[in-house]
Amino acid sequence: MAMPAETDATSPKHLRDKYAIVGVGETTYTRGSGVTTRALGTWAVRNAIEDAGLKPSDVDGVLSYQSGDSTFSTFIAGDLGIRPNFYMDVFGGGSSTEALVGMAMGLIEAGMCKVVVIFRAMNGFSQVRIGGTGARAVAPVSGDMLHSRAYGWQSAGQMFSLTFMRHMYDYGTRPEQVAAVKAIHSEHASNNPKAFYKQRFTVEDVLKSRIICKPLHLLDCCVETDNGTALVVTSAERARDCRHPRTLIRGVVGRCNKPRTDMHYQHGPISTVAGKYAREILWPNAGVGPEDVDITGSYDAFTFTTMLQLEDYGFCKKGDGGAYVSDGTIRLGGRRPNNTSGGHLCEGYTHGLNMVIENVRQLRHDADDSCPMGPDGKRQHTYDYREGGCRQVKKCEVSANMGWANPGTGSAMVMRNE
Amino acid sequence: MATQATYLGMPLDLNDLDVENVAYFKHCAAHDFHLQKCGACGLLRYPPTTACPWCASPRSDWVKVEGKGEVHSYSEVHHAIQPAFKAHTPYLILLVDLDTQKGKPTEHESLRVVGNLVTPDGTLAPPDSVRRVGIGTRVRMVFSDVAPGLAIPQWTIDEGAAQPAKPWRYPQE
Repeated sequence: MAMPAETDATSPKHLRDKYAIVGVGETTYTRGSGVTTRALGTWAVRNAIEDAGLKPSDVDGVLSYQSGDSTFSTFIAGDLGIRPNFYMDVFGGGSSTEALVGMAMGLIEAGMCKVVVIFRAMNGFSQVRIGGTGARAVAPVSGDMLHSRAYGWQSAGQMFSLTFMRHMYDYGTRPEQVAAVKAIHSEHASNNPKAFYKQRFTVEDVLKSRIICKPLHLLDCCVETDNGTALVVTSAERARDCRHPRTLIRGVVGRCNKPRTDMHYQHGPISTVAGKYAREILWPNAGVGPEDVDITGSYDAFTFTTMLQLEDYGFCKKGDGGAYVSDGTIRLGGRRPNNTSGGHLCEGYTHGLNMVIENVRQLRHDADDSCPMGPDGKRQHTYDYREGGCRQVKKCEVSANMGWANPGTGSAMVMRNE
Repeated sequence: MATQATYLGMPLDLNDLDVENVAYFKHCAAHDFHLQKCGACGLLRYPPTTACPWCASPRSDWVKVEGKGEVHSYSEVHHAIQPAFKAHTPYLILLVDLDTQKGKPTEHESLRVVGNLVTPDGTLAPPDSVRRVGIGTRVRMVFSDVAPGLAIPQWTIDEGAAQPAKPWRYPQE
């Protein structure tokens, strides 16, 4: 699509298309990596730098996010011979990916760095489990946790379910509508050779799986895996010299919150999530709207989180999220596929970063499916989306990624190709 | 003195530095529900904080608040994370709109107090009680005693109140 000319240098809008994601990399999605988070991070960053066609010595900024469950930027930098002009490890999960892309843009804009790598490395299955079992279950309950964990209100599923349940009450959202998210993402994963779960599931399978905490069945919840993932951000100018066609960043919004971030349930409607506020920053910054977007990456820690974000970022009318995710729109071959890699529900769990990797590859028209390689070394995509087949979206020019920390906090990014 | 105790297998730790929570739980230990009332704008707040979320004033007084309200949302946990909760599944996590200050300062706000569904003596409720409760159920506050000087607020069905004919429950039972 044609993008509007940009002349307004007085607002964040003047950064449209000025920065690019030039490299993406990951490790295998496993349950039992057999190595440290330091090793996972090293491999992911190395792969991303190589994908960009750069050398470690070209990189001068390193950012990461974690929650006391991973290695630090300085170790990864040291292990790969990167001498950072800036590094920072932030605390946080799924709302960090797009927020850190925005910070990387700011670092380069401020002249502090030229090429920034962002990574997330976690043994999310074999070491620290997000669900709160293992080491986290025995930690003393103090401070704000006296108002939550003491009530057996601890895991992400338990914490978010009050929002999910109220959405069903407020809008009549049905279990089978939301279960379609898992069914569709599993279809996508079946065409992703690196997905942890490649098996296709039906809506029936989801509804028949055991209840974890209402309204969540086992198959409404994502998989916990061990993996490292990484992105390389640099200026659009510098990106011209990199290996792949440019993936330009149109706009970002980072860690945007509902009121009462400390305990967002104090502010209603609790069936509304941070996307309601984030979209007021994202779309004006990006200069496009939901109708211009070809593919989405909406955080699927749970089926419900995908639905809530797509709704509150404006891909459908408020309250119609259940219909939107179940009418075929978000399926490969549909109007606007979501999480074409299978996402957290199927590919693997890496706090949002893998959904950005997937959309970069989609925008390059280079999804790593099973389609045959052509003589030019590029895949010859068939657009046959049957099991084991293609997962490249045919018309794929603009993407949106929506990261989620909790119902009250989210981040997002719009990218495009040329 | 910091208060440390074990509740349902979990170590609870109420630190002396956490003065707002110390004051809050001191009232709870006496089975008395108090919240901070802002000394400037007069609004109550939950959970306890150092400054007022509505006007940022640091001045507040602890005032008695009636522990009655209506279930705003809930989750019914079948797969417990904490080991000691497994014996009590399914248990309910309730988010309750207090009658006091409901819809203030704007229509979007209420004092939404978290707790489990418990029996009047404060133990996690049995399955037949769990099945009676949904969005709209009227509840009243009771307390689970943890240790001398520490109790946590909880919710039980308000048998004396007019209840909705059919509170909203998750459709797939």
